[in-house]
Order: sequence, then structure tokens, then C-alpha cells
Amino acid sequence: MPKMNMVEAVHQALLEEMERDENVVCLGEDVGRAGGVFHATKGFQDRFGENRSFDTPLSELGIVAFGMGMALYGLRPVAEIQFADFIHLAYDQIYNNVAHMSYRSVGTYHCPMVIRSPHGGGVRGGLEHSQSPEAIFLNCPGIKMVIPSNPYDTKGLLKSAIRDEDPVIFFEHKGLYRAVTGEVPLDDYTIPLGEARLVKEGKDLTLVVWGAMVQLAERAVPQLEERGVDAEIIDLRTILPFDKPTLLASAEKTGRVVIVHEAPKTGGVGGELSAVLAEEAIDLLEAPVMRVCGYDTPFPYSLEGTYMPSVERLLEAVDASMAY
Amino acid sequence: MSESIGPMPTQPRMHRLIAEDGTLEGGIPEGLGEADLLEIHRLLHLSRAFDDQAFKLVRQGRISFYAGSRGHEGAQVGSGYALEAHDWVFPSPHRELGVHFAKGATPFEKMSHYFGRATDPTQGRQMPNHFGSRKLNIVPPSTAVGTRIPHAAGVGFAARSKGDPTVGVAYFGDGATSMGEFHIGLNFAAVFRSQTVFFCINNLWAISVPLDRQMGVPTIAERAAAYGFPGVLVDGNDPLATYEVMKTALDRARSGGGPTLIEAKVVRLCAHTSFDDESRYRDAAEAEEGERKDSLVRFRAFLEKQGLWDAAKEAELAATVRRQIDEATAEAEAAPLPAPETLHRHVFYEGPEGD
Repeated sequence: MPKMNMVEAVHQALLEEMERDENVVCLGEDVGRAGGVFHATKGFQDRFGENRSFDTPLSELGIVAFGMGMALYGLRPVAEIQFADFIHLAYDQIYNNVAHMSYRSVGTYHCPMVIRSPHGGGVRGGLEHSQSPEAIFLNCPGIKMVIPSNPYDTKGLLKSAIRDEDPVIFFEHKGLYRAVTGEVPLDDYTIPLGEARLVKEGKDLTLVVWGAMVQLAERAVPQLEERGVDAEIIDLRTILPFDKPTLLASAEKTGRVVIVHEAPKTGGVGGELSAVLAEEAIDLLEAPVMRVCGYDTPFPYSLEGTYMPSVERLLEAVDASMAY
Repeated sequence: MSESIGPMPTQPRMHRLIAEDGTLEGGIPEGLGEADLLEIHRLLHLSRAFDDQAFKLVRQGRISFYAGSRGHEGAQVGSGYALEAHDWVFPSPHRELGVHFAKGATPFEKMSHYFGRATDPTQGRQMPNHFGSRKLNIVPPSTAVGTRIPHAAGVGFAARSKGDPTVGVAYFGDGATSMGEFHIGLNFAAVFRSQTVFFCINNLWAISVPLDRQMGVPTIAERAAAYGFPGVLVDGNDPLATYEVMKTALDRARSGGGPTLIEAKVVRLCAHTSFDDESRYRDAAEAEEGERKDSLVRFRAFLEKQGLWDAAKEAELAATVRRQIDEATAEAEAAPLPAPETLHRHVFYEGPEGD
């Protein structure tokens, strides 16, 4: 079985889907001739032609809106936003147009499109090459949202996203692109959207993580064991709709939950997960839900190591939860 | 401006086939027979009668909101009549009443939409004037003006890449040309030679803001030069001229010639919407002047000069249209609202429903 890094898994998923369905089309800035700034679409233009993988004028709004027109007409566009920090430029198109089309038209028109975008910090990217903007889409009915954490999941989830009839935002952590390698089968497998992955079973406390925070949680395991804490790690994988049954079942089992994400704490996805736990599982909890997040500041350049959630901050939260 | 920078782009000539008194100045566009001319006349009357009725219904508190098309019908019906059934229309969220009728919408479907009934093709999901229909290839719009302009470019690209003759058509007003989406949509369509027509109905006002606050050039049509495709200026109160320029643009798009921007100049013969009091910002003389240019008056005079029409036929048509609108109003008002349990349906795709 071949080993791939994350961006190779993205490439493999796109390649297989473009071969399977001629309606799958990749578009974005530097997607065509250059094959993507991270090489996700490398070689596609030579292989599939200029109508299947192409460069657009430099406009995030245009990429999403033009892609939406393509999707309405029956193509399956995979639109690349070069950095997730720039997805804000297309926000009205995603929120009021792409996400609402099925609802406003009672399903007579719909937008089966994927908006792929590298996100995440720790890459010396400063304020606008580091963000994790998943929370701004959490309050947007009609959108699905995926953040994979490893190459195997990346391929299976991206293939599901492309085949899905609904618009899917697919954030890929650029810090993981070449940092994480794993076995990726070449056969045609998919992973259903909406299902979390149990990374590690445990009985004392649940760590809820996604994207690069999965690796962070795994790195913390030896120190958690030293403390005598048997942590369960759940990789959410799909942020919207998130896997509520898995979240609640784990909370019931351990009674303690720590949520870790890179985005700022206030209004982050962790807040919604906490609210669900408070509404539906408060009697089962032994301690308040803890959140380890980015700070409520823009993403800093020189101080990004201070900003990003760390093993130390994770352990502090775990200690507080266990001591409660 | 310094002359050393060079001349301003040449302003396009205004296309017109029928003079204000109904005299035919050019030829009747190829492909239009007597039956077509009479059908265009009927669609103008249907739109105007519907418009009058809708304003009455708002005043009576029976529908919540209406944005009128009065004064825009010549541009709407003329351009809409040139569309093929398979062409995709992205209407503005305000007007395009005559386009909807030219595309085949029935008064009952339109009234059901204004009453928000289950019999609306989109089952009361959208506020009034945001009409859409899958079977007619009219895509229901979102509200912010101009935001669908790049969608029409995307449809036009997809149709071209599939080898289909379909054209994506974006309708919008003069205010929408200040939106980023106008520039982006036209630019994308130019780069990809999309099968797209951009149809701007310029009524000189974006609610209360006049055209010279939207742009620094005299016409919208000349802005096409910046994108590298033709910009055409047409008298929007002349349904035949509007038909002709639209037909030419559609043919050009279908044959791989690329997009066209059309500016149809009209006079708004109503306030922006039922919530707008235009006396606060607009000189009444403009609308009075506009009444003299009205497409319904002009087209009737044209038909009479052609020997195709007379007062008796006009009265009969008006009575027929009046009856259709009254029946549609009664039927739509009596139709059920969407069932409460449908609230949660179709947030995510469930397969088609509706028309």
C-alpha cells in the first residue's frame, strides 16, 4: 500500500474523481498551469485538458460564484481558495447564494460543489495565511464542512465531498500537508460525511479535536499517561453536521471533555459543542467543559508559538478538569 | 482630462426601431411574424395589468411587498421574447416581470408567488419579487443586487464545455453595475468566452440614487470595452429593438462569439417598491416625460400604423387580461400556505420538488 502525505492524498482523491466523472472540474488561482501552489492539482491540465482544470482571474468571489453557476448547470466544480484567510472575500456568495439555493428553490436547483482551502497556523504565515475560519460557516444552514487530519481520511472524505449533492467546504491544514504521512489505498474507498473517528479509546476524559489538533492530542498522550489520565481522543472530521451521537456517547463514558481548536475561543466551534454538551449531557458531566483555543486576537506572526494551542496548555486544561 | 491621455471611448449609438409616435424607423426583426407582434403586445398588457393589480393588493394589505415593473415592460418583454426555453435566466430580485411572462410563467404561478402560497413554484420560500422556476429555467435570486451576475457566466461556461446551445442570461439594474460581482462576472465571462448575455435595464435610479452617483461614464454599455466584448445601447421602451439586440447577442453567444453587455434605457414609471416614496427625491416631470415614451403606448401605435390593431381589439385584450389576472388572484389567494412541517425540508438536497 503506498504511503502519501496529506497533499498527495488530496491529489489522489481529485485524480480518481476526475477520472470517474467527467463533470468534476478543478478551478482556482494557479490551479491550472502551475498545478496549484501546494501541487494539489499538479498535472491535471495536461491530463484532462483546459476545461477540466484551469486558472481563473484573481478573485475569490469570482471562483466561488462562477463555480456556483457551473454547479447549477450540472458540473461538479472543486473550487480552490488558495488560503482559507481569503475565503471571507467570497462570504456572501457562500452564505446567501451557494448554501441557500436548495432551500430557496425547494430543491429544484442545488449546488453540488466543493470549496477546498488550506487553513491553519504554525507555518509562519501571519494574520492572513494562518486562520482557521470554520466557525464563520457553522451558523450557515445548507453548508457541510470537513477538516481531515491524516492522509487516509483526506482521500476518503474528499471523494465523499465531491460526490455529495450539497456544497461542502473542505479545509486542509497546510501545516500537515507534508508533515503527516500514512498509508493510502489506491482503491475506491470513501468515508461518510458526518462521522467522527475514534482515534484512541480512553475512560477518564475526552479530547475533542480536528485537523492539526489531532496530532497535538496524540503527542500529549505519554504525559497524560504519566498523570494517570486515560484520555479518549475523538477526531470530529466533519464539523458540519458534526457527529453529535459520538460526542455525547464519549461524554457519557468519561464525564469530562476538553475541546481543542486553533481558531479564537469566542464564538468558536468549541462553544457550540460545549452548548450541546450542556443542553443534552449536563447530568453526565463530572467537570465543566474546557476549551483550549487560539486567543481572541488576530493571528500573530512572531508570536504564533504562543498563540497556538500547545501540549502544555492542553495538559493544564486536563489537570483542571480532572481536579474539578 | 488631459488630451495627451487620449480620447474617451466612443459612446455607443442608441438602437431604436420604432419612433415614439409608433412610426417604424427600421425593419421588423427577422423571424418575427404578425402572431409574434401580437403576442409581444399581449405580454406587455399582461405585465402592466399584473403590475397594477399587485400594487392594489399591497395597498389592501393582501400581499406584503411589491417592486413594480411599470415602465420596464418594453425591455423585459422584448428581450424575454428572444430567449429560447432552454436558456437560463438569472433575474434581478426586483423586476423582470415581463421576462417571467415571456418565459412562460402563468399569472397564477406569479400570483401564488406574491401570496407566498404552496402553489408558488418555489412554494413560498422567497419574499415577493424573488420569483424562480425550474421548469422555466428561471433561477430564484438572492436579494443583494448583482450577486448572480457571475453565476450566469458560470452557466455559460458549463454550457459551452458540454457543447450545449444554452445561454446564461443575467438581468440587473443600473445600481448593480457598482457591485464587484458586475466587474467579476463580466471579466470571467470574457476570459472564458462564456455563452452569456448581461442585460442591464437602466431606469436611471437605484432607489433614490441617480446614475451619476454610480459611475463616471455616461453609459453602462460602453463599460463593456473594458472587458473586450461588445456593449450595446438600446431604447428599452422599444420592444422590437430590444428583441433584435437580444437575439443578436444570444446568437453570438451560442455560436462561440462570447458575451455581450446590453444596456436598455427605460424610465421608471413607479416608485422603487411599494415601500418607497419617490416624491422625496425625484422630479415628477421625469415620470410625466416617461409616460410619453411608454412602451405600451408606443407599441399600440406601431401596431395600428401597421394595420394590425384598433381600439376594439385593444379593449378586448384589456378585458381578457383583466379577467385572467382577477381569476389568478382569486385562485392564488385561496390556495394553501406551505404546510408548517415543510419548514425543515430542502436545507440539504433531497431531490427535486415543486414544479
